[in-house]
Amino acid sequence: MSAPAAALDWAQGVWDWAAANWYYPDEPGRGIRPRLIEHIRLSYASIAIGLLLAVPLGLACVRWKPLYPPLLTGVNVLYAVPSIALFFLLLPYTGFSDWTAIVPLAVYTLVILLPNVVDGLHQVPDHVRQAAVAMGFGPLRRLVRVETPVALPVIIAGLRVASVATISMVSVASLVGLGGLGRLILSDGFRRQFDAPIVVGVVLVVLLAFATDALLVLAQRLLTPWARRDRPRTGSVRRRRAAATAAADAPALASTAVAPPGKG
Amino acid sequence: MITFEGAAKHYPDGTVAVADLDLTVETGQTTVFVGPSGSGKTTSLRMINRMVEPTRGTVRIDGVDIRDRDPALLRRGIGYVIQQAGLFPHRTVLDNIATVPLLLGTPRRAARARAAELMELVGLDPAMGRRWPHQLSGGQQQRVGVARALAADPPVLLMDEPFSAVDPVVRTGLQDELLRLQQELRKTIVFVTHDIDEAVRLGDRIAVFRPGGELAQYDSPERLLTDPADDFVEGFVGHDRGVRRLSFFPARVLSLRDDVVFEDDLKVEDVRHIAAEHPWLLVVDTERSPVGWLSDRSLVDVPSGIRLSELDTVPFGHTFTVETDSLRAALDSAVLSPAGRAVGVDVDGRVLGVVTQDDLGAALWSVTE
Ligand SMILES: Nc1ncnc2c1ncn2[C@@H]1O[C@H](COP(=O)(O)OP(=O)(O)OP(=O)(O)O)[C@@H](O)[C@H]1O
Ligand SMILES: [Mg+2]
Repeated sequence: MSAPAAALDWAQGVWDWAAANWYYPDEPGRGIRPRLIEHIRLSYASIAIGLLLAVPLGLACVRWKPLYPPLLTGVNVLYAVPSIALFFLLLPYTGFSDWTAIVPLAVYTLVILLPNVVDGLHQVPDHVRQAAVAMGFGPLRRLVRVETPVALPVIIAGLRVASVATISMVSVASLVGLGGLGRLILSDGFRRQFDAPIVVGVVLVVLLAFATDALLVLAQRLLTPWARRDRPRTGSVRRRRAAATAAADAPALASTAVAPPGKG
Repeated sequence: MITFEGAAKHYPDGTVAVADLDLTVETGQTTVFVGPSGSGKTTSLRMINRMVEPTRGTVRIDGVDIRDRDPALLRRGIGYVIQQAGLFPHRTVLDNIATVPLLLGTPRRAARARAAELMELVGLDPAMGRRWPHQLSGGQQQRVGVARALAADPPVLLMDEPFSAVDPVVRTGLQDELLRLQQELRKTIVFVTHDIDEAVRLGDRIAVFRPGGELAQYDSPERLLTDPADDFVEGFVGHDRGVRRLSFFPARVLSLRDDVVFEDDLKVEDVRHIAAEHPWLLVVDTERSPVGWLSDRSLVDVPSGIRLSELDTVPFGHTFTVETDSLRAALDSAVLSPAGRAVGVDVDGRVLGVVTQDDLGAALWSVTE
């Protein structure tokens, strides 16, 4: 058989496996679809909680400046702990509940988002802030009505990085027996020396990340129609840094875990 | 009326931004704070709306100590315009202008209607109201800034170098607009600039600050140029203050001569006897619009019978309008004229007469001595 024909055959095999295992009506917990739903639930809950923590903490850091350095150092230290270690550490307390995955992942989201929130607020031009003061905005009203909306493009940019990282890291949660698409990659694929589940898992994770990113881009267009798109925004340095750190952590873990079956 | 009573601002690092300022800003007038960078103009201005609290002394508005007023409420009653306009990037032009009325609880519809009116008042097309601020030019943004400051109809307007970030032509336009608005609205305006020309143009009264935050002189523009209090003020207003002062005298005082002005349907022989005594003749058309200068030498070789309209003339350069221009404009037009003479016209552009540099010199001497 020629190489292209073999590849086609292999793809057909993967597709057939996916179609056969997509959903079992009499066994709702089995199949690919429940894993996908778990994955969405775990990652979106983590992102949402991370965001809900990052915004008020960021506002507080801007309001009370001395708070920022210790807080940033603190969350950065947490970020340095491999996610799998955090999952194991939480197991005795939260068991096999969603929280075991959500707590560490929300913290990672927070780590990526906090600097973005703070930088975004710092980037509000001084003359805009001064004008708000001069027109009689009190401190709180100014933060909510002027500074946060103006910082929104930078915050959403951070959210895009954080969401992709989180969706990727949920796969690792499967290592400790939590749900998500990682179960396909790690448990099924690894145990059976069979590559269809791995391929399906990876493809779905990537598609989910893309779809989420597209949603966020859409949200950005709707929420900040005023942001000029002809000019590179100055949050990008931090954004790239955040992206680099995220890439260095999560996929590295995921790839070491996936490597053996890939070779086999 | 805004009064500074021994108001001072000392920073903890020892900087004296403003040293004991005593000054009264009259209601309904434009008062300009001018001075070199770091002389405390912005600091003094911001004492008025409590963006800076004086470390000593008192600031009163109409006799009321502003420390007795809530800062946010006080500020909603004082318009404020700054150099980069400070527009909110996330609000449309219309909503930017409506900011303070909305803060004061005006319903949105009414606030926007008022904003649209203000756009017209400051010379902007209300159709621009739906744009985002970054879609406007610098000069347009500045106009929006002025409209926003006027939106709640505050009696007091503070302007901190509002026009210094735009090019000179736009700046002149904005200054004209402000003069026109002020004619109509009669606000109490405090205007900060480091441009003495702008100060002289806009101010009813000018306060000159010197480094160290001291008030060097507080006077009318004319007095400032005529009688600078000391070397610092003299240096600051510039050594060409003599010429600049001429803007305060009307060109009307000049005596124009029309015996050297000729319509272009005359023949050469009709004007030869005048050319013998005057080196330059001004040719006008039958509507009395200027055509150009004719020098006495250019007539020498011309045969009789030729009409003036058939001769080449020298461009007449700038004219000045006798009724509305100042002596400075007249002098300017004489200096720039190839004939060394200025052409005075009426408001419709018809030539009233010409003035020679000698006549001009005599007039300058008599009015400014
Ligand atoms: N927060 C601060 N701490 C210390 N010094 C300050 C502070 N704010 C202003 N100053 C100093 O106060 C002085 C007056 O400043 P101000 O802004 O009033 O000057 P200005 O006349 O408006 O100058 P410019 O024309 O450059 O705007 C300057 O020397 C400035 O450095
Ligand atoms: Mg200043």
